[in-house]
Amino acid sequence: MTSKTSPMRDWIFFVVFAIAVLTMPIWLAPIGAGYPDLLQKFMIYGLFATGFNLLFGLTGYLSFGHAAFLGVGSYSAVWTFKLLGMNPVPAAIVAVITSGIFALLIGYVSLRRSGIYFSILTLAFAQMSYNLAYSVLTPITNGETGLRVLRTDPRLFDSSNAVDGPLIANLFGIEMTGYAGFYFCAIVLLIAFFIAQRIFRSPFGIMLRAVKTNQNRMNYTGLNPRPYTLAAFVISGMYAGLAGALLCITDPLAGAERMQWTASGEVVLMTILGGAGTLLGPIFGAALIKYFENIFSAFNDQTLHEIFGFLPDFIEVPVVSVTSLFVGEGWHLTLGVLFMLIVIFLPGGLMEGFSRIGRLFKRSSGKSESRGAAAPAD
Amino acid sequence: MEILKVSGVNKAFGGLKALHDVNLAVEEGMVHAIIGPNGAGKSTLLNCFVGRLIPDTGTVMFGDTSLIGLKAHKINQAGVSRVFQTPEIFSDLTLLENVMIPTMARRDGEFALHAFKRLDRDAEIHDKSMHMLEDVGLAEKKDMIAASLSRGDKRRLELAMCLVQDPKLLLLDEPTAGMSRADTNNTIDLLKRIGDRGITKVVIEHDMHVVFSLADKVSVLAQGTVICEGKPQEIKGDPRVQEAYLGGAHL
Repeated sequence: MTSKTSPMRDWIFFVVFAIAVLTMPIWLAPIGAGYPDLLQKFMIYGLFATGFNLLFGLTGYLSFGHAAFLGVGSYSAVWTFKLLGMNPVPAAIVAVITSGIFALLIGYVSLRRSGIYFSILTLAFAQMSYNLAYSVLTPITNGETGLRVLRTDPRLFDSSNAVDGPLIANLFGIEMTGYAGFYFCAIVLLIAFFIAQRIFRSPFGIMLRAVKTNQNRMNYTGLNPRPYTLAAFVISGMYAGLAGALLCITDPLAGAERMQWTASGEVVLMTILGGAGTLLGPIFGAALIKYFENIFSAFNDQTLHEIFGFLPDFIEVPVVSVTSLFVGEGWHLTLGVLFMLIVIFLPGGLMEGFSRIGRLFKRSSGKSESRGAAAPAD
Repeated sequence: MEILKVSGVNKAFGGLKALHDVNLAVEEGMVHAIIGPNGAGKSTLLNCFVGRLIPDTGTVMFGDTSLIGLKAHKINQAGVSRVFQTPEIFSDLTLLENVMIPTMARRDGEFALHAFKRLDRDAEIHDKSMHMLEDVGLAEKKDMIAASLSRGDKRRLELAMCLVQDPKLLLLDEPTAGMSRADTNNTIDLLKRIGDRGITKVVIEHDMHVVFSLADKVSVLAQGTVICEGKPQEIKGDPRVQEAYLGGAHL
């Protein structure tokens, strides 16, 4: 059974989501996530994963090279800063356009194959882009040092050329750091989420799900799957490019490592962890991974000793030495374990977990209702 | 009038001659059955109609259009729909969605980027799809996921998906294969009912019961060539058919 959709329900859903996002600094504070840097990451990677999900969740095409678009978006944004000035809006627009063109080229070639071959092709393209950015295209990307905005850059439309201190993106005087940066990212995410929601409910969205389910039937139904998958690929590349631009808007520096295959793998993890093919799942997945990255990578032996201090020494020492493998530099181990648990026990990701809990509640309340209804009949 | 004309079609796979100089003409509005023993080339012939196989020589004309070398989706857009031996449906989607997709394909063409329209506001598509589901008796199940249907219902759904496109020609590849007697009879009834719409049908079938209760005309294929053609009653008595198809036994 699928839930019924209606425009009204979608609006309510969106408004609740928007309120939840905008009040994040308040309700995330108790778990130690209420500071702007981390909140910005939630927004940016949530956006990245939402875009990735439009391709992977709907069409089932698993791209292993989406970090390339993140990188292209970042470099485009920094170049826009350098040439036009520190306003984030043109930077975001330019990043979306360039990453869209880039996605069109890569997608056109990669989508000739499906399944594992498609994944390998996208991975190969992303690694090529990484290497180009790292060494060959040094004049454009500034190689391993990373591309940054310099005081000597033209910045045509910047009136306030005389500012002291580091160059920071600013929207008509509001500097895109701290909470201002978070709210800028949050608004971009909300717009992108709204578009994603519309795509999910549109004829185009259902065609993408048809691609995932049965391409053979699609062909014999008079539909050409190729332009559908290519459009999904380009849209999701644009989302990634926008996310890349936001990374530079909050911190105007673009490095090649952003295009590494590990970054491509991370967005796959986020999407699957949260629940591929659902609207909210990828955002949950992104937030969870970024949260754990911050929390667990900050732990060291010192903090572990404090946590396990209540244990007797002969237990505490081995416990700390084992758990220390899973924190700090080794937090990826924790992530790996978590990922395995989710994939094995909740193949639909966190969203499946939530809906199971929801059903549990519904069943127990349904029981009491039916009991209540039966009573008068007696 | 002939809607489908096959002339001089040859197809070989390596050394195996699957089709040998096949000539066939399907009259508009008729139910034309193609029967024959296993390996006679029935499915190969059907695949030549829908763009899955390209014949080595010969022509396949659908009205004034040559179907040879056309992609499957182009052939469908020209007005040819196909039902598969095992029902090909969108099994992860609901029944209503399954029928809406071909309805949209017919209205909007092979690709349309309607990314901002709401599908649930598209009354035209919704009503047409619901009508079709009612016609095949699946309206109450419209919100079920297609994968959970029985074999017979999947066949109904697939038929609905083809019929909602108002095809000029409907190709049926063993529509009752693997079905229970009851499901088979239901399917025959359904096919007879849609016969009223005047859709030309080409049926490939093993089950003689199905052939004789549906077909207006029968072509018998054996060893890659048409050995005999005629009304079902004529075919029944033809000694060549009994020899090739039934190994000489009487029907």
